[in-house]
Amino acid sequence: MFENFISQFNKAFIVDDRWKIFLKGLGNTITITLGAAVIGIIIGVIIAVFRFIATQRDPRKKMTFGSMIIIVIDKIMAAYVAVIRGTPLAIQLMIMAFIILQGISDGVVIATIAFGLNSGAYVSEVIRAGIQSVDIGQMEAGRSLGLNRVKTMQLIILPQALKNILPALCNEAIAIIKETSIVGLIAVGDLTRASDLVRSRTMQPYFPLIAVALIYFVLVFGLTTLVGKLEKRLARSDRS
Amino acid sequence: MIEVKDLKKSFGELSVLKGISEHIGKGEKIAVIGPSGSGKSTFLRCLNMLEIPTDGEIWFQGVNMTDVNVDIDKMRQKMGMVFQHFNLFPHLTILDNITLAPIQLKLQTKEEAEANAKRLLERIGLLDKAETYPAMLSGGQKQRVAIVRALAMNPEVMLFDEPTSALDPEMVGEVLDLIRELADEGMTMVIVTHEMGFAKEVATRVMFVDEGLIKEQNTPEEFFANPQHPRLKEFLSKVL
Repeated sequence: MFENFISQFNKAFIVDDRWKIFLKGLGNTITITLGAAVIGIIIGVIIAVFRFIATQRDPRKKMTFGSMIIIVIDKIMAAYVAVIRGTPLAIQLMIMAFIILQGISDGVVIATIAFGLNSGAYVSEVIRAGIQSVDIGQMEAGRSLGLNRVKTMQLIILPQALKNILPALCNEAIAIIKETSIVGLIAVGDLTRASDLVRSRTMQPYFPLIAVALIYFVLVFGLTTLVGKLEKRLARSDRS
Repeated sequence: MIEVKDLKKSFGELSVLKGISEHIGKGEKIAVIGPSGSGKSTFLRCLNMLEIPTDGEIWFQGVNMTDVNVDIDKMRQKMGMVFQHFNLFPHLTILDNITLAPIQLKLQTKEEAEANAKRLLERIGLLDKAETYPAMLSGGQKQRVAIVRALAMNPEVMLFDEPTSALDPEMVGEVLDLIRELADEGMTMVIVTHEMGFAKEVATRVMFVDEGLIKEQNTPEEFFANPQHPRLKEFLSKVL
Protein backbone atom coordinates (compact mmCIF):
# COMPACT_ATOMS: atom_id res chain seq x y z
CA MET A 1 0.00 0.00 0.00
CA PHE A 2 2.62 2.49 1.08
CA GLU A 3 4.97 1.40 -1.69
CA ASN A 4 2.18 1.86 -4.15
CA PHE A 5 1.76 5.38 -2.83
CA ILE A 6 5.45 6.15 -3.27
CA SER A 7 5.54 4.72 -6.76
CA GLN A 8 2.51 6.75 -7.81
CA PHE A 9 4.04 9.89 -6.39
CA ASN A 10 7.25 9.12 -8.27
CA LYS A 11 5.45 8.58 -11.52
CA ALA A 12 3.41 11.74 -11.16
CA PHE A 13 6.18 14.13 -10.19
CA ILE A 14 9.69 12.68 -10.34
CA VAL A 15 9.95 10.47 -13.43
CA ASP A 16 10.99 12.48 -16.50
CA ASP A 17 11.10 15.58 -14.27
CA ARG A 18 7.31 15.82 -14.51
CA TRP A 19 7.19 18.38 -11.69
CA LYS A 20 8.52 20.80 -14.28
CA ILE A 21 5.29 20.39 -16.28
CA PHE A 22 3.31 21.40 -13.19
CA LEU A 23 5.65 24.27 -12.46
CA LYS A 24 5.37 25.60 -15.99
CA GLY A 25 1.58 25.21 -15.81
CA LEU A 26 1.48 27.10 -12.53
CA GLY A 27 3.60 29.85 -14.09
CA ASN A 28 1.18 30.24 -16.97
CA THR A 29 -1.86 30.21 -14.68
CA ILE A 30 -0.34 32.96 -12.55
CA THR A 31 0.80 35.01 -15.58
CA ILE A 32 -2.66 34.92 -17.15
CA THR A 33 -4.39 35.71 -13.86
CA LEU A 34 -2.18 38.66 -12.99
CA GLY A 35 -2.22 40.05 -16.53
CA ALA A 36 -5.98 39.69 -16.76
CA ALA A 37 -6.51 41.28 -13.36
CA VAL A 38 -4.43 44.33 -14.31
CA ILE A 39 -6.16 44.72 -17.69
CA GLY A 40 -9.53 44.12 -16.04
CA ILE A 41 -9.04 46.77 -13.38
CA ILE A 42 -7.78 49.35 -15.87
CA ILE A 43 -10.70 48.75 -18.25
CA GLY A 44 -13.16 48.51 -15.36
CA VAL A 45 -12.14 51.82 -13.77
CA ILE A 46 -12.11 53.65 -17.12
CA ILE A 47 -15.57 52.38 -18.07
CA ALA A 48 -17.14 52.93 -14.66
CA VAL A 49 -15.78 56.44 -14.18
CA PHE A 50 -16.47 57.50 -17.77
CA ARG A 51 -20.03 56.21 -17.64
CA PHE A 52 -20.67 57.82 -14.25
CA ILE A 53 -19.42 61.18 -15.41
CA ALA A 54 -21.42 60.85 -18.64
CA THR A 55 -24.62 60.55 -16.59
CA GLN A 56 -23.73 63.69 -14.62
CA ARG A 57 -24.01 65.89 -17.67
CA ASP A 58 -25.65 69.30 -17.10
CA PRO A 59 -28.92 68.99 -19.04
CA ARG A 60 -29.01 72.72 -19.73
CA LYS A 61 -25.86 72.67 -21.77
CA LYS A 62 -26.20 72.63 -25.55
CA MET A 63 -25.26 69.49 -27.44
CA THR A 64 -21.78 70.01 -28.80
CA PHE A 65 -19.66 67.70 -30.93
CA GLY A 66 -17.77 66.74 -27.78
CA SER A 67 -20.88 65.77 -25.86
CA MET A 68 -22.09 63.71 -28.83
CA ILE A 69 -18.81 61.79 -28.80
CA ILE A 70 -19.24 61.18 -25.06
CA ILE A 71 -22.72 59.78 -25.62
CA VAL A 72 -21.50 57.51 -28.43
CA ILE A 73 -18.57 56.20 -26.35
CA ASP A 74 -20.96 55.63 -23.44
CA LYS A 75 -23.21 53.50 -25.67
CA ILE A 76 -20.26 51.52 -27.01
CA MET A 77 -19.13 50.80 -23.46
CA ALA A 78 -22.62 49.69 -22.48
CA ALA A 79 -22.71 47.35 -25.49
CA TYR A 80 -19.29 45.93 -24.62
CA VAL A 81 -20.39 45.13 -21.07
CA ALA A 82 -23.63 43.57 -22.31
CA VAL A 83 -21.88 41.36 -24.89
CA ILE A 84 -19.16 40.17 -22.53
CA ARG A 85 -21.61 39.36 -19.76
CA GLY A 86 -24.03 37.76 -22.19
CA THR A 87 -21.67 35.19 -23.74
CA PRO A 88 -19.68 32.32 -22.24
CA LEU A 89 -16.05 32.98 -21.43
CA ALA A 90 -14.98 29.78 -23.22
CA ILE A 91 -16.55 31.06 -26.45
CA GLN A 92 -14.91 34.48 -26.01
CA LEU A 93 -11.57 32.77 -25.50
CA MET A 94 -11.94 30.74 -28.69
CA ILE A 95 -13.18 33.71 -30.70
CA MET A 96 -10.04 35.55 -29.60
CA ALA A 97 -7.73 32.66 -30.44
CA PHE A 98 -9.24 31.51 -33.71
CA ILE A 99 -10.76 34.67 -35.18
CA ILE A 100 -9.68 38.03 -33.78
CA LEU A 101 -6.12 37.29 -32.68
CA GLN A 102 -5.32 34.53 -35.20
CA GLY A 103 -2.07 36.29 -36.00
CA ILE A 104 -0.69 35.91 -32.47
CA SER A 105 0.87 32.52 -31.83
CA ASP A 106 1.49 32.88 -28.10
CA GLY A 107 -1.51 31.33 -26.38
CA VAL A 108 -0.67 32.88 -23.03
CA VAL A 109 -0.91 36.38 -24.55
CA ILE A 110 -4.23 35.55 -26.20
CA ALA A 111 -5.63 34.08 -23.00
CA THR A 112 -4.46 37.07 -20.96
CA ILE A 113 -6.18 39.48 -23.35
CA ALA A 114 -9.38 37.43 -23.47
CA PHE A 115 -9.56 37.11 -19.68
CA GLY A 116 -8.65 40.76 -19.21
CA LEU A 117 -11.40 41.95 -21.56
CA ASN A 118 -13.87 39.65 -19.85
CA SER A 119 -12.88 40.75 -16.39
CA GLY A 120 -13.01 44.44 -17.39
CA ALA A 121 -16.74 44.20 -18.01
CA TYR A 122 -17.42 42.62 -14.63
CA VAL A 123 -15.06 44.95 -12.79
CA SER A 124 -16.74 47.99 -14.36
CA GLU A 125 -20.07 46.85 -12.93
CA VAL A 126 -18.51 46.21 -9.53
CA ILE A 127 -16.97 49.69 -9.49
CA ARG A 128 -20.18 51.30 -10.73
CA ALA A 129 -22.02 49.76 -7.81
CA GLY A 130 -19.19 50.91 -5.53
CA ILE A 131 -19.46 54.49 -6.74
CA GLN A 132 -23.22 54.42 -6.20
CA SER A 133 -22.74 53.05 -2.70
CA VAL A 134 -20.99 56.27 -1.63
CA ASP A 135 -23.44 58.72 -0.06
CA ILE A 136 -24.58 61.42 -2.48
CA GLY A 137 -23.73 63.96 0.24
CA GLN A 138 -20.04 63.25 -0.36
CA MET A 139 -20.25 64.43 -3.95
CA GLU A 140 -22.25 67.47 -2.80
CA ALA A 141 -19.75 68.33 -0.08
CA GLY A 142 -16.86 68.11 -2.53
CA ARG A 143 -18.64 70.21 -5.12
CA SER A 144 -19.78 72.78 -2.56
CA LEU A 145 -16.12 73.37 -1.68
CA GLY A 146 -15.45 74.27 -5.30
CA LEU A 147 -13.83 71.01 -6.39
CA ASN A 148 -14.84 69.99 -9.88
CA ARG A 149 -16.52 66.72 -10.79
CA VAL A 150 -13.34 64.86 -11.74
CA LYS A 151 -11.37 65.96 -8.65
CA THR A 152 -14.27 65.09 -6.35
CA MET A 153 -14.46 61.70 -8.01
CA GLN A 154 -10.75 61.07 -7.70
CA LEU A 155 -10.16 62.39 -4.19
CA ILE A 156 -13.44 61.72 -2.41
CA ILE A 157 -15.67 59.19 -4.15
CA LEU A 158 -13.25 56.60 -5.57
CA PRO A 159 -11.19 56.09 -2.39
CA GLN A 160 -14.40 55.36 -0.47
CA ALA A 161 -15.83 53.25 -3.27
CA LEU A 162 -12.65 51.17 -3.37
CA LYS A 163 -13.07 50.21 0.27
CA ASN A 164 -16.64 49.12 -0.34
CA ILE A 165 -15.85 47.06 -3.42
CA LEU A 166 -12.72 45.30 -2.22
CA PRO A 167 -14.58 42.09 -1.29
CA ALA A 168 -16.31 42.04 -4.70
CA LEU A 169 -13.02 42.69 -6.50
CA CYS A 170 -11.46 39.85 -4.53
CA ASN A 171 -14.27 37.58 -5.71
CA GLU A 172 -13.55 38.61 -9.27
CA ALA A 173 -9.84 37.77 -8.87
CA ILE A 174 -10.74 34.38 -7.42
CA ALA A 175 -13.04 33.77 -10.35
CA ILE A 176 -10.23 34.57 -12.80
CA ILE A 177 -7.79 32.22 -11.08
CA LYS A 178 -10.21 29.33 -11.33
CA GLU A 179 -11.61 30.17 -14.76
CA THR A 180 -8.13 30.10 -16.27
CA SER A 181 -8.49 26.32 -16.04
CA ILE A 182 -10.30 26.43 -19.40
CA VAL A 183 -7.35 27.82 -21.38
CA GLY A 184 -6.51 24.26 -22.37
CA LEU A 185 -9.25 24.83 -24.97
CA ILE A 186 -6.79 26.90 -26.97
CA ALA A 187 -3.85 24.64 -26.12
CA VAL A 188 -2.25 26.78 -23.43
CA GLY A 189 -0.32 24.71 -20.89
CA ASP A 190 -1.76 25.92 -17.61
CA LEU A 191 -2.01 24.06 -14.33
CA THR A 192 -5.11 22.08 -15.28
CA ARG A 193 -3.60 21.14 -18.61
CA ALA A 194 -0.45 19.97 -16.81
CA SER A 195 -2.44 17.59 -14.66
CA ASP A 196 -4.22 16.35 -17.79
CA LEU A 197 -0.93 15.71 -19.50
CA VAL A 198 0.62 13.82 -16.61
CA ARG A 199 -2.56 11.85 -15.96
CA SER A 200 -2.73 10.65 -19.55
CA ARG A 201 0.93 9.63 -19.49
CA THR A 202 0.87 7.81 -16.16
CA MET A 203 -2.71 6.57 -16.44
CA GLN A 204 -3.14 7.48 -12.79
CA PRO A 205 -5.53 10.28 -11.87
CA TYR A 206 -5.01 10.71 -8.12
CA PHE A 207 -1.82 12.66 -7.68
CA PRO A 208 -2.07 14.98 -10.68
CA LEU A 209 -5.66 16.01 -9.91
CA ILE A 210 -5.39 16.28 -6.14
CA ALA A 211 -2.11 18.16 -6.50
CA VAL A 212 -3.51 20.85 -8.82
CA ALA A 213 -6.68 21.15 -6.75
CA LEU A 214 -4.45 21.83 -3.77
CA ILE A 215 -2.39 24.40 -5.67
CA TYR A 216 -5.54 26.28 -6.82
CA PHE A 217 -6.76 26.23 -3.25
CA VAL A 218 -3.51 27.62 -1.91
CA LEU A 219 -3.55 30.40 -4.54
CA VAL A 220 -7.10 31.41 -3.69
CA PHE A 221 -6.59 31.10 0.05
CA GLY A 222 -3.43 33.20 -0.14
CA LEU A 223 -5.30 35.87 -2.05
CA THR A 224 -8.23 36.03 0.37
CA THR A 225 -5.83 36.28 3.30
CA LEU A 226 -3.99 39.13 1.63
CA VAL A 227 -7.20 40.99 0.82
CA GLY A 228 -8.43 40.44 4.36
CA LYS A 229 -5.33 42.19 5.67
CA LEU A 230 -5.80 45.04 3.19
CA GLU A 231 -9.42 45.47 4.28
CA LYS A 232 -8.32 45.76 7.87
CA ARG A 233 -5.82 48.45 6.94
CA LEU A 234 -8.42 50.39 4.99
CA ALA A 235 -10.82 50.14 7.93
CA ARG A 236 -8.44 52.34 9.91
CA SER A 237 -10.71 55.34 9.43
CA ASP A 238 -13.73 53.50 10.86
CA ARG A 239 -14.52 53.79 14.52
CA SER A 240 -11.86 51.95 16.47
CA MET B 1 -24.61 90.30 -2.60
CA ILE B 2 -27.07 87.61 -3.64
CA GLU B 3 -29.94 88.47 -5.94
CA VAL B 4 -32.63 85.88 -6.57
CA LYS B 5 -34.92 86.58 -9.50
CA ASP B 6 -38.18 84.66 -9.88
CA LEU B 7 -36.58 81.36 -8.84
CA LYS B 8 -38.54 78.25 -9.74
CA LYS B 9 -37.65 74.64 -9.25
CA SER B 10 -39.58 71.49 -10.07
CA PHE B 11 -38.65 67.87 -9.62
CA GLY B 12 -40.49 66.23 -12.49
CA GLU B 13 -44.15 67.08 -11.98
CA LEU B 14 -43.62 68.33 -8.46
CA SER B 15 -43.24 72.09 -8.27
CA VAL B 16 -41.18 72.91 -5.17
CA LEU B 17 -40.29 76.57 -5.62
CA LYS B 18 -42.90 78.70 -7.32
CA GLY B 19 -41.18 81.98 -7.96
CA ILE B 20 -38.98 83.50 -5.29
CA SER B 21 -37.40 86.92 -5.72
CA GLU B 22 -35.15 88.17 -2.97
CA HIS B 23 -32.12 90.28 -2.24
CA ILE B 24 -29.58 89.27 0.38
CA GLY B 25 -27.17 92.02 1.34
CA LYS B 26 -23.66 91.79 2.72
CA GLY B 27 -23.60 91.15 6.45
CA GLU B 28 -27.20 89.99 6.64
CA LYS B 29 -28.05 86.93 8.68
CA ILE B 30 -31.14 85.36 7.22
CA ALA B 31 -33.04 82.63 9.00
CA VAL B 32 -35.34 80.60 6.78
CA ILE B 33 -38.07 78.71 8.56
CA GLY B 34 -41.09 76.79 7.42
CA PRO B 35 -42.78 73.39 7.56
CA SER B 36 -40.98 70.38 6.11
CA GLY B 37 -41.50 70.00 2.39
CA SER B 38 -42.03 73.74 2.03
CA GLY B 39 -39.00 74.15 -0.24
CA LYS B 40 -36.72 75.98 2.20
CA SER B 41 -33.82 73.56 1.77
CA THR B 42 -34.26 73.52 -1.99
CA PHE B 43 -34.14 77.32 -1.94
CA LEU B 44 -30.86 77.24 -0.05
CA ARG B 45 -29.38 74.56 -2.33
CA CYS B 46 -30.28 76.61 -5.38
CA LEU B 47 -28.18 79.50 -4.07
CA ASN B 48 -24.96 77.60 -4.78
CA MET B 49 -26.45 75.63 -7.64
CA LEU B 50 -26.40 72.25 -5.93
CA GLU B 51 -29.90 72.20 -7.32
CA ILE B 52 -30.17 73.61 -10.81
CA PRO B 53 -33.17 75.98 -10.95
CA THR B 54 -35.84 75.17 -13.47
CA ASP B 55 -36.39 78.86 -14.12
CA GLY B 56 -35.22 82.22 -12.85
CA GLU B 57 -31.78 83.57 -12.03
CA ILE B 58 -29.37 83.64 -9.10
CA TRP B 59 -26.81 86.45 -9.09
CA PHE B 60 -23.86 86.34 -6.72
CA GLN B 61 -21.39 89.22 -6.60
CA GLY B 62 -22.54 90.43 -9.97
CA VAL B 63 -22.23 87.04 -11.68
CA ASN B 64 -25.21 85.15 -13.01
CA MET B 65 -24.77 81.71 -11.40
CA THR B 66 -27.50 80.22 -13.55
CA ASP B 67 -25.61 81.00 -16.74
CA VAL B 68 -24.41 77.66 -18.18
CA ASN B 69 -21.06 79.12 -19.13
CA VAL B 70 -20.22 80.38 -15.65
CA ASP B 71 -17.35 78.61 -13.88
CA ILE B 72 -19.54 77.31 -11.10
CA ASP B 73 -16.64 75.68 -9.23
CA LYS B 74 -14.93 79.04 -8.97
CA MET B 75 -18.13 80.70 -7.66
CA ARG B 76 -18.73 77.96 -5.08
CA GLN B 77 -15.31 78.57 -3.57
CA LYS B 78 -16.74 81.80 -2.15
CA MET B 79 -19.89 80.16 -0.78
CA GLY B 80 -19.40 77.89 2.19
CA MET B 81 -22.04 75.23 2.74
CA VAL B 82 -22.84 73.24 5.86
CA PHE B 83 -25.10 70.20 5.57
CA GLN B 84 -27.56 68.59 7.92
CA HIS B 85 -25.59 65.33 7.86
CA PHE B 86 -22.16 66.99 8.10
CA ASN B 87 -20.78 65.15 5.05
CA LEU B 88 -17.25 65.04 6.36
CA PHE B 89 -14.98 62.85 4.24
CA PRO B 90 -14.74 59.65 6.32
CA HIS B 91 -11.57 58.39 4.67
CA LEU B 92 -9.56 61.53 5.51
CA THR B 93 -8.26 62.79 8.84
CA ILE B 94 -9.87 65.87 10.35
CA LEU B 95 -6.89 67.97 9.23
CA ASP B 96 -7.06 66.62 5.66
CA ASN B 97 -10.81 67.24 5.58
CA ILE B 98 -10.12 70.92 6.17
CA THR B 99 -7.04 71.32 3.96
CA LEU B 100 -8.15 69.20 0.99
CA ALA B 101 -9.96 71.88 -1.00
CA PRO B 102 -7.60 74.83 -0.36
CA ILE B 103 -4.59 72.70 -1.34
CA GLN B 104 -6.19 70.99 -4.34
CA LEU B 105 -7.50 74.28 -5.68
CA LYS B 106 -4.04 75.80 -5.20
CA LEU B 107 -5.41 78.62 -3.05
CA GLN B 108 -2.91 77.89 -0.29
CA THR B 109 0.32 75.94 0.00
CA LYS B 110 0.26 72.79 2.08
CA GLU B 111 2.02 74.61 4.94
CA GLU B 112 -0.34 77.58 4.84
CA ALA B 113 -3.41 75.36 4.65
CA GLU B 114 -2.28 73.25 7.58
CA ALA B 115 -1.39 76.25 9.71
CA ASN B 116 -4.76 77.75 8.89
CA ALA B 117 -6.59 74.49 9.64
CA LYS B 118 -4.82 74.15 12.98
CA ARG B 119 -5.73 77.69 13.90
CA LEU B 120 -9.38 76.93 13.07
CA LEU B 121 -9.29 73.67 15.02
CA GLU B 122 -7.76 75.46 17.97
CA ARG B 123 -10.58 77.95 17.85
CA ILE B 124 -13.21 75.21 18.17
CA GLY B 125 -11.13 73.34 20.76
CA LEU B 126 -10.50 70.29 18.60
CA LEU B 127 -6.83 70.71 17.78
CA ASP B 128 -6.06 67.41 19.52
CA LYS B 129 -8.36 65.64 17.02
CA ALA B 130 -6.45 66.84 13.94
CA GLU B 131 -5.00 63.43 13.12
CA THR B 132 -8.09 61.36 13.93
CA TYR B 133 -10.88 60.36 11.58
CA PRO B 134 -14.45 61.70 11.51
CA ALA B 135 -15.89 58.41 12.82
CA MET B 136 -14.21 59.12 16.15
CA LEU B 137 -15.99 62.44 16.71
CA SER B 138 -19.38 63.15 18.22
CA GLY B 139 -22.10 64.67 16.06
CA GLY B 140 -21.54 68.13 17.46
CA GLN B 141 -17.80 67.89 16.89
CA LYS B 142 -18.36 66.68 13.33
CA GLN B 143 -20.61 69.60 12.54
CA ARG B 144 -18.16 72.10 14.00
CA VAL B 145 -15.39 70.58 11.88
CA ALA B 146 -17.70 70.80 8.85
CA ILE B 147 -18.20 74.48 9.58
CA VAL B 148 -14.49 75.24 9.81
CA ARG B 149 -13.88 73.15 6.70
CA ALA B 150 -16.12 75.61 4.88
CA LEU B 151 -14.45 78.56 6.64
CA ALA B 152 -11.01 77.40 5.49
CA MET B 153 -11.97 78.53 2.00
CA ASN B 154 -12.51 82.10 3.29
CA PRO B 155 -16.04 82.28 1.90
CA GLU B 156 -18.03 85.48 1.41
CA VAL B 157 -21.24 83.85 2.54
CA MET B 158 -22.14 80.75 4.55
CA LEU B 159 -25.16 78.60 3.76
CA PHE B 160 -26.43 76.37 6.58
CA ASP B 161 -28.88 73.62 5.72
CA GLU B 162 -30.52 72.61 9.01
CA PRO B 163 -27.14 72.40 10.73
CA THR B 164 -28.49 71.09 14.04
CA SER B 165 -31.36 68.85 12.90
CA ALA B 166 -29.32 65.63 12.96
CA LEU B 167 -27.75 66.30 16.35
CA ASP B 168 -28.51 64.93 19.77
CA PRO B 169 -30.15 67.71 21.81
CA GLU B 170 -27.17 68.18 24.12
CA MET B 171 -24.91 68.92 21.15
CA VAL B 172 -27.07 71.55 19.50
CA GLY B 173 -25.72 74.29 21.75
CA GLU B 174 -22.05 73.95 20.81
CA VAL B 175 -22.87 74.18 17.10
CA LEU B 176 -25.19 77.15 17.52
CA ASP B 177 -22.55 78.90 19.62
CA LEU B 178 -20.06 78.61 16.79
CA ILE B 179 -22.56 79.90 14.25
CA ARG B 180 -23.42 82.76 16.59
CA GLU B 181 -19.74 83.66 16.81
CA LEU B 182 -19.48 83.80 13.04
CA ALA B 183 -22.55 85.98 12.91
CA ASP B 184 -21.04 88.37 15.45
CA GLU B 185 -17.91 88.62 13.30
CA GLY B 186 -20.05 89.88 10.46
CA MET B 187 -20.24 86.83 8.23
CA THR B 188 -23.12 86.95 5.76
CA MET B 189 -25.22 83.85 6.28
CA VAL B 190 -28.39 82.09 5.28
CA ILE B 191 -29.60 79.49 7.77
CA VAL B 192 -32.39 77.04 7.23
CA THR B 193 -33.35 76.04 10.75
CA HIS B 194 -35.98 74.77 13.12
CA GLU B 195 -34.33 76.50 16.09
CA MET B 196 -36.76 79.37 16.58
CA GLY B 197 -34.97 80.78 19.61
CA PHE B 198 -31.74 80.92 17.68
CA ALA B 199 -33.41 82.54 14.67
CA LYS B 200 -34.93 85.18 16.91
CA GLU B 201 -31.63 85.93 18.58
CA VAL B 202 -29.11 85.82 15.73
CA ALA B 203 -30.99 86.62 12.53
CA THR B 204 -31.32 90.12 11.14
CA ARG B 205 -34.24 88.94 9.03
CA VAL B 206 -36.51 85.90 9.25
CA MET B 207 -38.27 84.41 6.26
CA PHE B 208 -41.22 82.08 6.33
CA VAL B 209 -41.25 79.73 3.35
CA ASP B 210 -44.39 77.75 2.67
CA GLU B 211 -45.65 75.97 -0.45
CA GLY B 212 -42.68 77.15 -2.48
CA LEU B 213 -43.10 80.85 -1.74
CA ILE B 214 -41.84 83.34 0.82
CA LYS B 215 -45.14 84.00 2.55
CA GLU B 216 -43.81 86.50 5.05
CA GLN B 217 -40.59 88.04 6.23
CA ASN B 218 -39.66 90.58 8.86
CA THR B 219 -37.20 91.55 11.54
CA PRO B 220 -37.09 88.79 14.14
CA GLU B 221 -38.87 90.90 16.76
CA GLU B 222 -41.84 91.69 14.52
CA PHE B 223 -41.81 88.29 12.87
CA PHE B 224 -42.36 86.37 16.08
CA ALA B 225 -44.35 88.98 18.03
CA ASN B 226 -46.64 90.07 15.28
CA PRO B 227 -47.10 87.47 12.51
CA GLN B 228 -49.54 88.47 9.80
CA HIS B 229 -50.06 85.56 7.43
CA PRO B 230 -52.51 82.94 8.72
CA ARG B 231 -50.16 80.11 7.66
CA LEU B 232 -47.34 81.64 9.68
CA LYS B 233 -49.59 82.15 12.69
CA GLU B 234 -50.60 78.51 12.50
CA PHE B 235 -46.99 77.38 12.05
CA LEU B 236 -45.70 79.44 14.97
CA SER B 237 -48.49 78.26 17.23
CA LYS B 238 -47.34 74.70 16.58
CA VAL B 239 -43.62 75.17 17.05
CA LEU B 240 -43.36 77.77 19.77
